[in-house]
Amino acid sequence: MADTALPLEAGTTVNRPGLLNRIFLHNLPAKIAALPMMATVLVVFVGCTVWTIYYSFTNSKLLPTGKFIGFEQYERLFSTSRWNVSVSNLIAYGLMSLVFTLVIGFVLAVLIDQKIRFESAFRTIMLYPFALSFIVTGLVWQWIMNPTLGLQGTLRNLGWTGFTFDWIANPRMVLFALLIAGLWHGTGFCMVLMLAGLRSVDDEIWKAARIDGIPTWRTYVSIVIPMMRGVLVTAVVIIGSGIVRLYDLVVALTNGGPGISSEVPAKYVYNYMFSGGNIGQGLAAATMMLLTVLIIMIPWAYLEFGGKGRRT
Amino acid sequence: MQNSVSIRDLSLNFGSVKVLEHLDLEIAQGEFIVLLGPSGCGKSTLLNCIAGLLDISDGQIFIGGRNVTWLEPKARGIGMVFQSYALYPQMTVERNLSFGLRVAGMKKDEIERRVQRAAEILQIGPLLQRKPANLSGGQRQRVAIGRALVRDVDVFLFDEPLSNLDAKLRSDLRVEIKRLHQRLKNTMIYVTHDQIEALTLADRIAVMKNGVIQQLADPHTIYNRPVNLYVAGFIGSPQMNMFQGTLSGSTFTTDDGIAIPVGTYAFDTPATGAIKAVLGVRPEHIVLGDEAANMPFQIDAEIEIVEPMGSDTLAWTKIGGQAVTFRCDSDVVIETGQKVRLGFDTARGSIFNAETTNRL
Repeated sequence: MADTALPLEAGTTVNRPGLLNRIFLHNLPAKIAALPMMATVLVVFVGCTVWTIYYSFTNSKLLPTGKFIGFEQYERLFSTSRWNVSVSNLIAYGLMSLVFTLVIGFVLAVLIDQKIRFESAFRTIMLYPFALSFIVTGLVWQWIMNPTLGLQGTLRNLGWTGFTFDWIANPRMVLFALLIAGLWHGTGFCMVLMLAGLRSVDDEIWKAARIDGIPTWRTYVSIVIPMMRGVLVTAVVIIGSGIVRLYDLVVALTNGGPGISSEVPAKYVYNYMFSGGNIGQGLAAATMMLLTVLIIMIPWAYLEFGGKGRRT
Repeated sequence: MQNSVSIRDLSLNFGSVKVLEHLDLEIAQGEFIVLLGPSGCGKSTLLNCIAGLLDISDGQIFIGGRNVTWLEPKARGIGMVFQSYALYPQMTVERNLSFGLRVAGMKKDEIERRVQRAAEILQIGPLLQRKPANLSGGQRQRVAIGRALVRDVDVFLFDEPLSNLDAKLRSDLRVEIKRLHQRLKNTMIYVTHDQIEALTLADRIAVMKNGVIQQLADPHTIYNRPVNLYVAGFIGSPQMNMFQGTLSGSTFTTDDGIAIPVGTYAFDTPATGAIKAVLGVRPEHIVLGDEAANMPFQIDAEIEIVEPMGSDTLAWTKIGGQAVTFRCDSDVVIETGQKVRLGFDTARGSIFNAETTNRL
């Protein structure tokens, strides 16, 4: 195809297409088709990232116009207790959410995989919360957990006066309230992923394990879970990305309260950029979030895709 | 001598669907039994019942004189090899072999000894540290056999173990399984839909259809004296030639009016009067040319298609309106359109009652 391309300039030889020719004209339709996506990647992902990092080093207030001030925004960021609380909240919530979502999702998938009746009905019920937005999830759980209107109030009105369930209003427990809503929303999806993974394990593997006399739990732990590696990686990536951008659930459920006890980094970024009128500070926080994700992702990606021939 | 495996009046239903019905099977110590049949005939199901992977609805199963009907698979003293190999993909070959023993809490040196023995028998020693993904199909199936071997059991069950392999490997591994059986002298029950595997490996073949054993006999009997039309048609490639017609005394008259003398045929149950019957003749029992001159039945026919197979040649022709294949030596020169004299002796054929489909 390259042979049929027209020579670009008088200077280039006719038979050997030039470098420009090869880069731009070879397979032209495919390149044109890919252009919008390439533009999006360059402008939105790379461009905005660079923009964000640059302006995090300025003293921009309401508009990104400030002048370069070095690491001042970062110094201020890490001396702000709201940011520090946000970060530790995210770590605590993230770890618990990741572990519980995976464990509960897997256990539910195992239970559903026992050739039970009405399987698709159960699957739909479990997956339903995932169809709701975090805002709806947050609002519903806010009502349920509201001490005066929700579960606690109802049970007290029914006569169980000693009943207490006020996690949402308790700074020490509010993270767990967040966790309940988050798990309710996310475990169904994790279960469906895991179920697909379980179903991909050949029946004969199970038979072979039974002949070998391997107990069921041991078969899951030593044989089936290692075989589900691909599904597990997918699940961790999806759950992980949900954790990092945790925002709407917090806004709907607690709005960061009581006090600042359920603040998260994404909310910090949003508040400083759009309502606090301090773009520089918000972008510094956003950059820190990006950095954290990269610190986790790069070694993992290196291990996963780097070593040649390591994986089987 | 006590039977190694005996199945008594075994039935299996899935809801109202009867998969196996009142099935009896006695297998002697050290015998190689092949369960042969098309897919859906219940042969794999029967094997799973023997293994204990399926709970049976009725009947009893004895292995080595013990009633194992309600025992767990691991307690039955069996090893099993699967079509898909069913190796544990994340473990090395060595761990695949030893995992069951480890879980059972066997001593390390005993495990080591058994793994080494299996590796030596199957010649997979150099592969012990590899993972299944890095093995070829044949190597994987050897490992799968090894996993049954280390269990040190009396009875081996094979569920279509060669069906996922290509033709060349299949025939290689077939010989190896036969060699393994001669060396170990274990009882082996082998499920397959491949009649060549069945004929080459088995001491006795059980031909199955719709959950019922049609005939249980040694390969020679199965091939030469099939008990009914189904077995006759299922075994043999190309298929046995079947002539529809009427049997009266010592003459078989085809529907096209060709009279074939059957005086030399050894009847199991002599027929009385004229009955509808089917005469079956294997392609290799039809001869041509000079040899045909000595045969009780002779006829002229025109060759329609010639298929040289290398070792021999298949030819297609017609006797009356009936399409007939016959097999002849590859050195015999025959051409399409050629007129030849064909002959056969019904002593080597089979005659079936057309109504009951049973052998006469």
